[in-house]
Order: sequence, then structure tokens, then C-alpha cells
Amino acid sequence: MADAALFEFLHTEMVAELGAHHSDPGPGGQKMSLSVLEGMGFRVGQALGERLPQETLAFREELDILKFLCRDLWVAVFQKQMDSLRTNHQGTYVLQDNSFPLLIRMASGLQYLEEAPKFLAFTCGLLRGTLCILGIKSLVTASVASLPTCKFQVVIQKT
Amino acid sequence: MAVCVAVIAKENYPLYIRSIPTENELKFHYMVHTSLDVVDEKISAMGKALVDQRELYLGLLYPTEDYKVYGYVTNSKVKFVMVVDSSNTALRDNEIRSMFRKLHNSYTDVMCNPFYNPGDRIQSSRAFDSMVTSMMIQVC
Repeated sequence: MADAALFEFLHTEMVAELGAHHSDPGPGGQKMSLSVLEGMGFRVGQALGERLPQETLAFREELDILKFLCRDLWVAVFQKQMDSLRTNHQGTYVLQDNSFPLLIRMASGLQYLEEAPKFLAFTCGLLRGTLCILGIKSLVTASVASLPTCKFQVVIQKT
Repeated sequence: MAVCVAVIAKENYPLYIRSIPTENELKFHYMVHTSLDVVDEKISAMGKALVDQRELYLGLLYPTEDYKVYGYVTNSKVKFVMVVDSSNTALRDNEIRSMFRKLHNSYTDVMCNPFYNPGDRIQSSRAFDSMVTSMMIQVC
């Protein structure tokens, strides 16, 4: 569907635009554009977290919410489900996607490994925003071992 | 037709509260505030009971001599409270449910508005206001 392509192009432009204009080209500047991207993803995640579970019944526990992320949220945004969800039952979850749609167009293997984190910041924010609106404070980081497989690590903050 | 509609955030402060008639608003504010306890009770009861289905609609919270108070909680723990005139006995459960569904849809639209910051009071959304007006009694 055209929607998926539109989002991919928009996302690519966002990363390019935010990455090009920071006045400080060192690691400090890059961190700022990454946090801006993450912030955008956060707000979108909040809106999606309100709209997507609208018809489903209330979630009974944390694992249900994570399953909702892996199935419904991923299908709504990327038209596929998350490939694997692992947990240590102590508040850390690892979500693995073996062919992440935002990375699959770039390369397959180790090329562009240093550039990959920029393209994952928005999605980390998306996960964090959806979790926040569903009542879970968390910290989401992403790691890429080889494109297009990537892992999102969600650490639940216990207050 | 509702007499008072309120949207309460997860942290139990009001995001939107409107009542008709406009005099003696404090009475409705107080009623909504006291109904929050009942809402919390129902939510925690839902968590403990081994019910297969967890409903978003909470039903009648408590009746007073003039009014009936209904509640609804979303997945994001935002609560909707509606106060209805008791004398209007023609209102059935289905109608209340459909009113809450409309409220939920409008609230979701407000959330998706990029100019709205989650957690702020809902004051500049005309669409939300007009939807709530359509649900309230026409008092000349």
C-alpha cells in the first residue's frame, strides 16, 4: 500500500534533515538530533497507544502489553509482526526484528553499520511512547549486529 | 442526555469538565470527584477477579436521588465520567455505551492532534466541544 512507502520516505528525509543541520558535527551534535528523532517517535507512540487499543479490552499484565507492541503496533506501522520477543522476567524485554523495514532498503550485511542507529531512533521513541501511554515507564535502546536484523531492548523502570 | 461530562487523566486530575446548567457547577465537580473513588474500586476489582473479559465500560457507578453517574476507563487509564438526570428514564445501557464510545473516539482524535500536548487541559478543540454539546441536554 502507498502508506508504507510514504512513511519510509518521510522517515528517510527526517533522518537526513536532522542529521545534516547540526552546527556541531561532533558526537554532541549527533546526540541532539538522535534525541529529537526519539522525541518525535515518542509523541507518535503516545497517539498510537491511544488509538490502536481502542477496541481491544483492557490489558491484564505487562506481558500482554509487550505482545500488543509486537503484534498490533508493528503490523500497524510496518505491516509485519515482530519476529521474536524474549524476556528475563525481571523487567527486560528484547524484541528482535529479522528484516526491519526501515533498514531493509539500505543493505544486507555489515555495510552501513555505523549509520544504522540514526534510522532506529524514531522507532525507539515510538516504542517508548506507546508504553508510556499504556502506563509503563521504560527505556528503549536499539542495537544492530548486521542489517537488516535489529534488536530493541526495553527496560522497564520500576519507580 | 448527559448533565455533566468529565474526562479525567491517569493521575486523577480533570482534563475536561463541563456541566449544564452552568450555575451550581461546583455540585457536579464534587460529584465527579467522589465518583473517582468508585472508579478506582472497580478497576482494582477487575484486576483481582479472574474474569476472562475486561470491559472498558464500568457501568453505573452510584445513583443519587436526582442523578446517576456512569463511568468508563480507557486502556491508557483515562477515565470518562458522565452524570445523567435520573428523571430521564428512557436512557438505556446501550445508549450510554454509545455515548461513551463517541467520547472515546473524540478523545483519541484530540490525542492525535499534533498541537495537543498529552496531559494538558482540552480547551482548544472545537470538535471535542461540539461533540460534548451534542450529548448534553438542550437547556434554553
